[in-house]
Amino acid sequence: MSFTQSQTAIDGGFLDPAFDAQGVFARLLTAISRPGTVVDLGVCCRSPAPLSMAQGALLLAIADGDTPVFVEEGSEAMAEWLAFHTGARIGEPSEAQFAIVSRPSREWLERLPLGTLAYPDRSATVLVEVESLKDGHSFTLEGPGINGTSRIVLAGLLDDFAEFRKANHALFPCGLDLVFTCGSELLALPRSTIVTEV
Amino acid sequence: MYVAVKGGEAAIANAHRLLDDRRRGDRSVPVLTLDQITQQLALAVDRVMAEGSLYDPELAAMAVKQARGDLIEAIFLLRAYRTTLPRFAASKPIDTGAMKIERRISATYKDLPGGQLLGPTFDYTHRLIEPDMADDRPVPEPERRSCDRHESAPRVTDILGADAMIEPDGEGTPEREPADLTRSPRTFPADRDARLQALARGDEGFLLALGYSTQRGYGRTHPFVGEIRIGEVEVEIELPELGFPVAIGRVKVTECQMISQFKGSKSEPPQFTRGYGLVFGQSERKAMSMSLVDRALRAEEFDEERVSPAQDEEFVLAHSDNVQATGFVEHLKLPHYVDFQAELELLRRMRSEQQYEDAHKEAAQ
Amino acid sequence: MTVSAKHRSHEQQVDAQIEARRRAMAAFAQAGSTFLADAWERLGAGRTALPVRGPEVGLVMVRGRAGGGGAPFNLGEASVTRASVRLEDRDGAVVGHAMVLGRDPDKAGLAARFDALWQVGDQRERIETEVVAPIEEALAEGDRKRTEETEATRVDFFTMVRGED
Repeated sequence: MSFTQSQTAIDGGFLDPAFDAQGVFARLLTAISRPGTVVDLGVCCRSPAPLSMAQGALLLAIADGDTPVFVEEGSEAMAEWLAFHTGARIGEPSEAQFAIVSRPSREWLERLPLGTLAYPDRSATVLVEVESLKDGHSFTLEGPGINGTSRIVLAGLLDDFAEFRKANHALFPCGLDLVFTCGSELLALPRSTIVTEV
Repeated sequence: MYVAVKGGEAAIANAHRLLDDRRRGDRSVPVLTLDQITQQLALAVDRVMAEGSLYDPELAAMAVKQARGDLIEAIFLLRAYRTTLPRFAASKPIDTGAMKIERRISATYKDLPGGQLLGPTFDYTHRLIEPDMADDRPVPEPERRSCDRHESAPRVTDILGADAMIEPDGEGTPEREPADLTRSPRTFPADRDARLQALARGDEGFLLALGYSTQRGYGRTHPFVGEIRIGEVEVEIELPELGFPVAIGRVKVTECQMISQFKGSKSEPPQFTRGYGLVFGQSERKAMSMSLVDRALRAEEFDEERVSPAQDEEFVLAHSDNVQATGFVEHLKLPHYVDFQAELELLRRMRSEQQYEDAHKEAAQ
Repeated sequence: MTVSAKHRSHEQQVDAQIEARRRAMAAFAQAGSTFLADAWERLGAGRTALPVRGPEVGLVMVRGRAGGGGAPFNLGEASVTRASVRLEDRDGAVVGHAMVLGRDPDKAGLAARFDALWQVGDQRERIETEVVAPIEEALAEGDRKRTEETEATRVDFFTMVRGED
């Protein structure tokens, strides 16, 4: 018998934990404060499936022992990796602070924490990997952090996305914040952003 | 209108420099070392760790030194330090039954299994200041007595519990994470886990006064010290990368089991109920006070009328933290020039209105 | 031997090995860092241990139980240092972990290295006799001293007989 745990759990973290985490955090802040802006986190980690690189980097930077993570189609290797590098454990949707799901649908408004009127921050941030942040459907954005309107383009499993956004926006100040990832890139749609399909 | 007033930078810098000087005092007197503080002022260090809610004797000693012996200031420093560190894990609950006992007494059972061990206590001293303290007299080694028997020292409540004369510990609910007031704000009514955490880091003086008040009739209890034990316990952590728990070292704690009478209810027979105290370091006054207040706060559980401050959960938990308390009290000394000016204006207006009314009345007469 | 008995004995072996590693890790965590450094000079000389994580200082929340045996509650935090290192071995790499109370990066790093070396196996017996055993003895000696000092403060009750019988 061997005590050696799977190598994937140990490898693939930030090379320089303090500075890499700060770098990712700074870019994430740009993405959230300027909704729709695509930021590239770069090649800074190697995350096990089903996490994409940007999802892995985001969790490495801001997940910790106090933030249960829900992963729709998780794997043991990923759970070990996350536990070793961040201390975060895999949790049920109802307690998740971060949720990695395959599509942003209304279902998640019933299953993930939306925050309360007294503490709207006690809600989940949803991470969705899409096929592209450059081609596909166009959406118009408006709201805080956007000068007038701006436009994003997304490709992927987005059938009921418009409906989801509408329902989510109606919950304000509660609701889910959304981060679309694609490889090492991401863009954020906080709950305050109004999204309309073009 | 808001008027910002600038100035004072030089005064502040010089004040801090003066503080450094006064802290050091007469340079011909040797400077205190941290070892001296952890060894010779061990109970001050213990109090700072308990109320600072951070077990680290060396850091606590640094805080005591930096605070010039002002323990609440030292506690504040420790609390501030802990906010800079990531939390890696939570330990498995410590097992006080497996404690390496340094002191263990019971006021209820003379001949309890494991015996009465006085340890390094102030009890039975005459409280006369010893002239020896003025100089460095050699101190004899402590007496030793071999101890071959491996008699265990079960917690006294486990002994009484065996006869069903005392309420049981109750089962933990493993699926629920205990409340953590360092992570999420207090809510009322609080569960016992949240109360115990608040009491464990609460101000010793505040809890002492509240505990005292329950004895004097404010929240009727008739308590006995079932047991006090002081000693080291092992801290075990389950690391996710290992999959099994490992011991990472030991901490010293003080535990107090306070037993008090209960006349029974519809569902429960008459029995003894309990209050619990557990504190970092050696501090039996704090552990005893905590157990009295814990019991008083359980009033609802036993259908007792809540009439006294010690039974009022909101009052106790909202005021037990000395860092919060000192912050709010001490902020009063910071500039309030504008607020005060506004109140002064208000008073002047009220006076002139009154004078006007008086003059009016006089004229009418 | 039946299949299930064989399975059982394998499980027992695994349990025994985990127990041995737990004991060793507990000993490393409670040793002095100079003791570990000296021991590493002897036992680990020539080995390269690469940092995987840390050493880094952080906190653990120490928990107690209501009443001593009831529901868990958060007592307060303690400072800890943790480290993970990778030790290259002929058959690949072995990762060693350590978490120790207090703020001592050197000690945590050494404890992680010893955990890795212990797993490699070829030095296990020497680690057990030259590192783990002396640490355990020192701890036991300290405990014995304190126990005996405490024992001298045991109250031996006796009954006084007053007056004529």
